[in-house]
Amino acid sequence: MEKEPASKVELAPGVGGGGEIPTFDITLKVRRYNPEVSDEAHWDEWQLTMYGTDRVLDALHKVKWEHDGSVSFRRSCAHGVCGSDAMRINGRNRLACKTLLKDLDTSKPILVEPIKGLPVEKDLIVDMEPFFQSYREIMPFLVSKGHEPSKERLQSAEERDRYDDTTKCILCAACTSSCPVFWTDGQYFGPAAIVNAHRFIFDSRDDAGDMRLEILNDKEGVWRCRTTFNCSEACPRGIQVTKAISEVKQAILTRRI
Amino acid sequence: MQVHKYDVVIVGAGGAGMRAAIESGQRARTAVLTKLYPTRSHTGAAQGGMCAALANVEEDNWEWHTFDTVKGGDYLVDQDAAEVMAKEAIEAVLDLEKMGLPFNRTPEGRIDQRRFGGHTRDHGKAPVRRSCYAADRTGHMILQTLYQNCVKHNVEFYNEYYVLDLLMVDQEVTVDGVTRIEKRVAGVVSYDLASGELHIFQAKSVVFASGGVGKVYKTTSNAHTLTGDGMGIAFRRGIPLEDMEFFQFHPTGLAGLGILLSEAARGEGAILRNSEGERFMERYAPTIKDLAPRDIVARSMANEVREGRGAGPNKDYVLLDLTHLEPAHIDAKLPDITEFARTYLGVEPYTEPVPVFPTAHYAMGGIPTNIKAEVLADNDTVVPGLYAAGEVACVSVHGSNRLGTNSLLDINVFGKRAGLAAAEYALTADFVDIPENPTAETEELLNRARSSEGGERVALIRKELQDIMDANVQVFRTEETLLEALRVIDSLEERYSRITVQDKGKRFNLDLLEAVELGFLLDMAKVMTAAALHRRESRGGHFREDFPERDDENFMTHSMAYKDPSATLTSGVRLETKPVIFTRYQPMERKY
Repeated sequence: MEKEPASKVELAPGVGGGGEIPTFDITLKVRRYNPEVSDEAHWDEWQLTMYGTDRVLDALHKVKWEHDGSVSFRRSCAHGVCGSDAMRINGRNRLACKTLLKDLDTSKPILVEPIKGLPVEKDLIVDMEPFFQSYREIMPFLVSKGHEPSKERLQSAEERDRYDDTTKCILCAACTSSCPVFWTDGQYFGPAAIVNAHRFIFDSRDDAGDMRLEILNDKEGVWRCRTTFNCSEACPRGIQVTKAISEVKQAILTRRI
Repeated sequence: MQVHKYDVVIVGAGGAGMRAAIESGQRARTAVLTKLYPTRSHTGAAQGGMCAALANVEEDNWEWHTFDTVKGGDYLVDQDAAEVMAKEAIEAVLDLEKMGLPFNRTPEGRIDQRRFGGHTRDHGKAPVRRSCYAADRTGHMILQTLYQNCVKHNVEFYNEYYVLDLLMVDQEVTVDGVTRIEKRVAGVVSYDLASGELHIFQAKSVVFASGGVGKVYKTTSNAHTLTGDGMGIAFRRGIPLEDMEFFQFHPTGLAGLGILLSEAARGEGAILRNSEGERFMERYAPTIKDLAPRDIVARSMANEVREGRGAGPNKDYVLLDLTHLEPAHIDAKLPDITEFARTYLGVEPYTEPVPVFPTAHYAMGGIPTNIKAEVLADNDTVVPGLYAAGEVACVSVHGSNRLGTNSLLDINVFGKRAGLAAAEYALTADFVDIPENPTAETEELLNRARSSEGGERVALIRKELQDIMDANVQVFRTEETLLEALRVIDSLEERYSRITVQDKGKRFNLDLLEAVELGFLLDMAKVMTAAALHRRESRGGHFREDFPERDDENFMTHSMAYKDPSATLTSGVRLETKPVIFTRYQPMERKY
C-alpha cells in the first residue's frame, strides 16, 4: 500500500511553470503541389508571429485559417497519438503536432515538405495506400492455434515486456518514409511493417511467427535494411526501430523466437 | 456519381465502428466509411483503461460496477443499459485479449487492474481496482487491436469518405389493422475527399459510430475532426438528440492546451493541489478525494480558481502532483502522459507539479438508442435498420456524467451489439429504394459553401463559437450565460451563410470540409445550449448556478431535442422529455 501524500505542502516559488509565454516571428516555407493547378511543385512562404508553446501544426493552421485556405495537410488528434501529420520538417521526418517551433532554429525559414517515397496527392498529403499494403502483408493480427481459453490467456509480465516497445507504433509512416532503401525501392516492406511484425513475432500468445519470418525473409524483406538508423531517429514514439529489425533478422537466422 | 450497395454501412472507424464491423463483416456484406484513416480515430487517444469486474486483483462484481455507473451518472442513467454494460464488460475485455490486446499483467500473468475515479467496492465504500489497462495507451491498443482484426477479417474500408447525409423514406406500415408512417433507412450520401465526388451507399442497415463533438469548445482534449457530424446529420433528418446538455469536462487537461492527462495518474496516486499547496479534494469528496467522479473534480478545480487559489502567474489553473511517486513507477504506468507534460509544457513531472485545468472531453448525450443499439425516432419508436453506438449515441449508460473508462467499455459493448443487430436485420430485410434526387440536399450544402462570396472566414466564426461556449456553456452555467450564448450562436449562424471557402478545387478540399464541419458544430452548440437552458436544475456534468440543487421532482428525466423551426425562442430546438429507466436503484444523494 502506497503512502498517503501530505494534505498540504509548501510549494517552491514559481513552481508549476508559468510566466509570460514569449512570442516570436518565423518564416514558414511549405512545399506546394496541386495537380489540378499545375504539374510543378513550388514553395510558398509566410511570415508569422507565434507563441512559445506553438507547434509546427499551429503554424500550418495559422496559414490555412488566416492566409491561404488551400494549403492542405492531414491532422487529427494534435498531440502525437493519431499519426496523421508526419511530414518533413527541416529535412527530418517529424509529427507537426509534436514539434515545438521554439525547438527549431527560428532564425532561418522552417521548411515543411511531404514525407518522401510515397506519391504526393496535394501539398503535404501523400497516398498512404502502399504503406498500409505492406503493413497488411505481414499478418498484423494475433494468430492463435488450439482451443480458446474460457478466460484470458496467461502472459507473464516479462513476456509482455518482450514486445512492449513495438506496440507503441501509430502507423504514421515517419520511419518508413525516412528510409533511403524505401525511397529507391518502393517494394521494400519498410521499417513500420517490420515493427508491426515484431510486435506479433515476439508475443508469447502468437503462433504464426514462422509465417511472418518467412514473409520477411523475402528479397523485399528485412535483408534490404542497411541499418542506417534513420527510422529510429524519425520515430515520434521513441520506438527503437533498428533494434526491432535486428531482432527479426536474428530470429530468421536462428529460427528461435 | 457512383452508387454502392452493401447490406450494412458503418459510419465511422473508431472503436465502436470497428467493433461493429468485426461482427457485421463476418455475417453480412459490410462497408466502413470514415472521414479519416481508421487508425487516426480518437479512440486511440484514450489512455487510462477499460473497467470490468474481472476481480483479478481484488473482490469485485458487475453489480457494484452497475451501481457506480448509475450513481456516477447522478441517477439519470438508464439502469437496464448500465446492467448490460457492466455484465458484458467482462466478456468485452476477454474478447479484446483474445484478439491480441497487450494488457498489462499481474505477477500471475492475468490482466492487471487499477483504480479509477468513481469506481468503488461495495457501493461506495472505497476505491476498487477495476480498470484493465495497457500502460497509459489503452485506447491506442484498443484501436490498433480492432483495426488488426478488421484486417484479419477483410473488412472493407472506404477511407477519407465523409458521410454528409442519411437517406430515409417514410413508409406506410400496417400492424393489427392500424396504419402509420414509419421512417426506413435507405442508405447514406458520402463525399470522397480525394476526388471531391459524391458516392451513394445504399444499405439495409446503417450504423452511426462517428464519435463526439468536443470541437464546439476551445479548450478540449478532442481531435480537430470531432465536429458532431453524425449527431448533426441525424438531427437535421428529424431524429431527436438526447441529453445534450451533459458534457464532460475532464479535470486534468494540460493548462492552456487542453491535452489530456489521464485520470490514471490519479488512479496511480497523483493528487491535485491549489496554489497554497493544499490537497483541496479532501474538502470536496472526503471519502475518495482525488478519485471522485470527473464532474465533481472539475467543478472543485474551477471553484478553487474562482476563489483565488489558482496557481501560475494568472492564477488560472491548479497543479497535478506526482512528485511523491517513484519515477520507475511513473515510467512503467504513465509514460505517455508524463512525456506530454515534458514536450508541451516543459515540466518534469518527477520533480515538479504539472499545471492542469478542466478540458472539454466527452458528450454524454447523443442519438437516442435502446439497448440493442437501435435508434429511436422519439421516446419509443425504433427506426428499422438504423443503429448508433459509442459517443455519437446515448443509450444512456452515462446519464449526466460518465465515469472514467466507461467510454472504452461503451464502444466495445454497444459497438458489438450494433454490429450484430445490424447484420441480423440486414439478413432478413429488403433494400429500401433510394429516394428521388438523393444528393440534392448534399449538393446544395456543398455548392452553397463553395460558391458563397460573402467574405466571412470559417476559422474566425469557429473561434468565436468556441470562445462563447468556453465562456458561457462550460462547468458553470446560468440562464443569463446560456441566453447570451444562444444569441451569439444565432448571429454566428447568420454570418455562416456568408462564408467564403478559398480552395475552389475538388481534390482534397479540406477547406470545404472545415466549412461543412462548422455547420454541424453550430447546430450542435445550439442544441447543447438550448438543452442546458431547459434543464433548470444541477445534475452531474450540468451545473446551473441559478438552480444549484438536483431536482428529481421535475427533472429526473432525459431531455429530447428536436429540430423545429417553430421553436423560435430556443433557436429552432424543441425540448421534450423521456422517462429514465429504473431497475434496482432508487435515487439517493450523491456524495463521495
